[in-house]
Amino acid sequence: MPINYYIFLALALFSIGVAGVLTRRNAIIIFMCIELMLNAVNLLLVAFSKMHHLQMATTNAVAGTDGQLFVFFIMVVAAAEVSVGLAIIVMMYRNIHSVDVNFLNRLKH
Amino acid sequence: MQNALQIVYLIPLLPLIGFLINGLGRNYLSKPVISLVGCGTILASFILSIWVFIQVRGGNTFDPHYFNFISVGKLVIPFAFKIDQLSSLFLLIITGVGFLIHVYSTSYMHEEKPEHFGRYFSYLNLFVFSMLLLVMGANFVILFIGWEGVGLCSYLLIGYWFKNTAYNKAASKAFIMNRIGDLAFLIAIFWLIAKLGTVSFSEVFAATNLAKLKTLDITVITILLFIGATGKSAQIPLYTWLPDAMAGPTPVSALIHAATMVTAGIYMIARSNVLYSMSHITMDIVAYTGLATALLAATIALKQNDIKKVLAYSTVSQLGFMFLALGTGAYVAAVFHVMTHAFFKALLFLGSGSVIHAMSGEQDIRYMGGLSKKLKITFITFLIGCIAIAGIPPFSGFFSKDAILLSAYIKSPVLYGIALFTAMLTAFYMFRLFFITFTGSFRGTEEQKHHLHESPAAMTIPLVILAVLSIIGGLVGVPEAIMHGGDKLTAFLSPVIAQHAEHTVAHSTEYMLMGLSTGLVIVMIIAAWFIFRNYQAKEATGLGKVLENKWYVDEIYDTLIVKPLKKLGSFLNDIFEKNVVDGMVNGVGKLVNYGSRQMRLLQSGQVGAYVLLMVLSMVVFFVIQFFIRK
Amino acid sequence: MIAVLLILVPLLTGFASFFIKNEKTVRSWALFSSLVTLGVSLTGLIWLKDPKYLSHTCEWLPALGSSFSVKLDGLGLLLTLLNAISFPVIFIATWNTPYRKANNFFALMLLGQAGMMGVFLAMDALLFYFFWELALIPMYFLCSQWGGEKRIAVTFKFFIYTFVGSLLMLIGILYLYNKTTSHSFSIQAFYDAGATLSAKQQNLVFWLMFIAFAIKMPIFPLHTWQPDTYEQAPTATTMALSGVMVKMGVFGVLRWLFPIVSGAAFQWGDFLTPLSIIGMIYASLIALRQDDMKRLIAYSSIAHIGLLSAGLFTQNTSGLQGVMIQMFSHGINIIGLWIVVEWIERKTGTRKLSQLGGLAQTAPSLAVFFVIIALANIALPLTNAFVGEFLIFNGILSSYTQYYLWFTVMAGICIILGAAYTLRMVRKAAYGNTNEITGAVTDISLSEKVALGIIVLLIFCIGVFPQPMLDLTSGVTESIANKFEVIRYPVVMPK
Repeated sequence: MPINYYIFLALALFSIGVAGVLTRRNAIIIFMCIELMLNAVNLLLVAFSKMHHLQMATTNAVAGTDGQLFVFFIMVVAAAEVSVGLAIIVMMYRNIHSVDVNFLNRLKH
Repeated sequence: MQNALQIVYLIPLLPLIGFLINGLGRNYLSKPVISLVGCGTILASFILSIWVFIQVRGGNTFDPHYFNFISVGKLVIPFAFKIDQLSSLFLLIITGVGFLIHVYSTSYMHEEKPEHFGRYFSYLNLFVFSMLLLVMGANFVILFIGWEGVGLCSYLLIGYWFKNTAYNKAASKAFIMNRIGDLAFLIAIFWLIAKLGTVSFSEVFAATNLAKLKTLDITVITILLFIGATGKSAQIPLYTWLPDAMAGPTPVSALIHAATMVTAGIYMIARSNVLYSMSHITMDIVAYTGLATALLAATIALKQNDIKKVLAYSTVSQLGFMFLALGTGAYVAAVFHVMTHAFFKALLFLGSGSVIHAMSGEQDIRYMGGLSKKLKITFITFLIGCIAIAGIPPFSGFFSKDAILLSAYIKSPVLYGIALFTAMLTAFYMFRLFFITFTGSFRGTEEQKHHLHESPAAMTIPLVILAVLSIIGGLVGVPEAIMHGGDKLTAFLSPVIAQHAEHTVAHSTEYMLMGLSTGLVIVMIIAAWFIFRNYQAKEATGLGKVLENKWYVDEIYDTLIVKPLKKLGSFLNDIFEKNVVDGMVNGVGKLVNYGSRQMRLLQSGQVGAYVLLMVLSMVVFFVIQFFIRK
Repeated sequence: MIAVLLILVPLLTGFASFFIKNEKTVRSWALFSSLVTLGVSLTGLIWLKDPKYLSHTCEWLPALGSSFSVKLDGLGLLLTLLNAISFPVIFIATWNTPYRKANNFFALMLLGQAGMMGVFLAMDALLFYFFWELALIPMYFLCSQWGGEKRIAVTFKFFIYTFVGSLLMLIGILYLYNKTTSHSFSIQAFYDAGATLSAKQQNLVFWLMFIAFAIKMPIFPLHTWQPDTYEQAPTATTMALSGVMVKMGVFGVLRWLFPIVSGAAFQWGDFLTPLSIIGMIYASLIALRQDDMKRLIAYSSIAHIGLLSAGLFTQNTSGLQGVMIQMFSHGINIIGLWIVVEWIERKTGTRKLSQLGGLAQTAPSLAVFFVIIALANIALPLTNAFVGEFLIFNGILSSYTQYYLWFTVMAGICIILGAAYTLRMVRKAAYGNTNEITGAVTDISLSEKVALGIIVLLIFCIGVFPQPMLDLTSGVTESIANKFEVIRYPVVMPK
């Protein structure tokens, strides 16, 4: 399967993520959109590493594994981020009874 | 062998010591001690000056060099004196007349408190010291030191009664007007240094150095020096300080007008006669300025009512005569007139001081009259002074004024005519003053009348001595036409002031000129007698009012120079400095503040805005990276 | 040795002063310290002919190519002497002025003195910069802690203003540092590096460094920090600022700018001389309209500094020599004027000329000193300032610019204006009749008499015998003037 399909899919996912972050106000949905973007990147990484592996396998048995490795890193970081982020959102809900980020502008003052 | 004139440094040093003693000890010394120190130092200087004069007359001149005042690169300015015919003559005038004025002052100022008495005498001594430095200096810089020094002393003495604001203003005016002239003088010195690299008289006037100067240089230098002289010697346009200088005590006026200060300009030009003779343009400027000043001041003197103001304007006028003489090349005549003028002007001022003393401080002649009965000695000596200044033979003023008129005649009959007219005016206003003051009936208050008295001996003796000098002082310069070899002054000064083979006039013409001037002067005196012997004060109108207000020159200066400068200063201070110069500086600060305030708005606190900004910047970087940076 | 002592004595005694809590003790301690410094400085005079004790070099920051290198030459000696004389005089004159937290005040004053000493002695560019800032920082605290009402805003402006200049100078120094072959900050390496610069690079370095010096001096139109600061700072600090610190700018030009980028300095002379002269007239006219004595003297100082700057850019022997002696004279005279003003303010509570008058009656001794110092301020012959002004004016007239005559005349106008505003100040403050403010004043005390006596003595000594002082700096002057002579020579030849 040509690599282009993966790229278009990843691009679409990423764009949906960006649009979601920019337009939505609900913190949880923004969070999910961020995950979407991260997963778009993950998808690309996996796809490229696989492609790379196919091309270089004759000379290098482990070619492209580093790409797969990065995906794990990203997933771990994302998981950590989610735990912290959700905690923040919960705290936010407790404080202002809303998860609308537009209310979160205390820094301005 | 050491020169017999080795001790000449004592002449200025003694007054300086007197200044220091009286100045520092004014709170501790009693009045007699102060008087003794003040007069004693000047007397010692006078005796030394006589001795120096005798030595110089015997042909012994002396140029002592003490130390290098300033030596920078190739420029060397030594602290050196020059004792020759011209300076020794001036030494005599300064210390001699100065001494008499000191003696007079001991009595005139006796009502002052001791500390002010001490201050007064210390200033007087400093004044004499500065003037001595001026005439003894062997180069232009030492001359300039004395030159500024007399300016300073006049400032201190005019403002001697410092409680009076008007007097202080007059003092400041004198100093600042002098400064204007001094600036020109300084530039002339710098010009000399730039062109010749030296300022000492002997080197500047040496033929080899003069040859290096272009005519333009000489003209510029001499004109600048002359501007300096107009400040110090009160000529147009810088003369207005001198009449205001009357604010000082009367003996000070005598000192300023007769012995020191105003004669400095004459001395300087006579000293630089070699330079001046090389520039016809300057000579003409000097002559015309002198004549114009003489005429202008004489017209103003006609209508003044303050006894000292009349004398002040007469000084300005007489100085104009001296400059006329200088401008026509008759340097000796100018120096001669300085000398005779020193005698009779000191006499007149001290006489007026005696009158003011008797009148308990009244200076307005409209309230005097008939003083001849009560003040016999003052009356007689004042009369002698008036005759001398009017120029009636054989009084001293006649000979010197005649020499000046003659030189003006040789230059051009027109000059002569105007000068003669001015001389007539001189006789008229002097005798107007004399008759109003001393004849007729007394017009002051009863209290003043009761108080009228002749002054004490310390005041009258100097008057008598000066009167004698005013009578016989002219005999050192009797013209050749009258007595062969009578012009001793010219012969004496010939080593310093070279005589040019000028046009001479026939003796018959000379007799005719003398007769003409004497006759006209006598006519004027008689006219004054008829008009003013029974004077009654009345309001001046028309031209008389203009003259009484001194042609409004002070007002014109005020409007044209002083006020615009003050306005400009205010403008710069209140508007320009605050808004433009400081505004630029504060503007930079404000710009930073404004900028940061605007930037702050970007930090909206909206998460969405931050994200949008982030995405947009990423897009921008992406575009730059891939499409623009190729 | 001497050079190091000159810095160390005020530095160490300054630090020690922080811990002396008793006001009387700390005063005496500061005076003692400044007298020791003066003694050291005078000792330096003895060894001027035999300079083995006058310089010291040791490692400082070897990795950067910077060493602790100090040397006392004629120029340095002149200014360190001024610095050393000024501080005892300042301490004596303000003996009776009360200060909050006197220990901090005197400590900072001494630290400032140490910084200024270092500036005048440093033979290493980084060290020079270090001391330049060290001198500024104590002054900042002195002004902001002990100043007048508007001190915070004014001091902030003062600090930012001079600091901007300093940073530009730092850029210039680093630029030159990168041009040196051996990557060294030593003055000699800088001189050599300066000679290799192209005309464009010279201009760059000239302006980077000159702005710092011009702000410090200050030259019109960079002067606006000065009147405010002088007005607001405690008078002792104002004395140090105007008497010594502004000389740092002139000194910087002479020691660093002229020898390094003489080509650019020569080129810009035609522009900077008229600027200085405009500044002179401008400041004089403003001084003419001031009512506050401190501001009047501040503007008078700007006018005098303008003359110094014009003298610098004559770039000939007479002008530069005049600048040297005038730096000293100006320092002495202006400290004298500040002493008088400080006394008047302390006794009457006002500095406004319109409210003063008649001090000559109630305080005759003060009036005498005041008049003498005022006359020195307007450069009367036989006072110290005359020599400097005479030489500077002579330098301007014999400079090689095309318009030298106009420059001289225009600058000369300030002689007249100077007399006008100075005499106005004397007239309004000392003469006239007393009023309710000045009527009850008593005459100056012994400590002020001593301080003013020293000032007046210096005024006359230098005024009558200026030659020893001129000889002190003649070597430095000659070497700078020769540099310009070399540049000027091809210009003059075609005539």
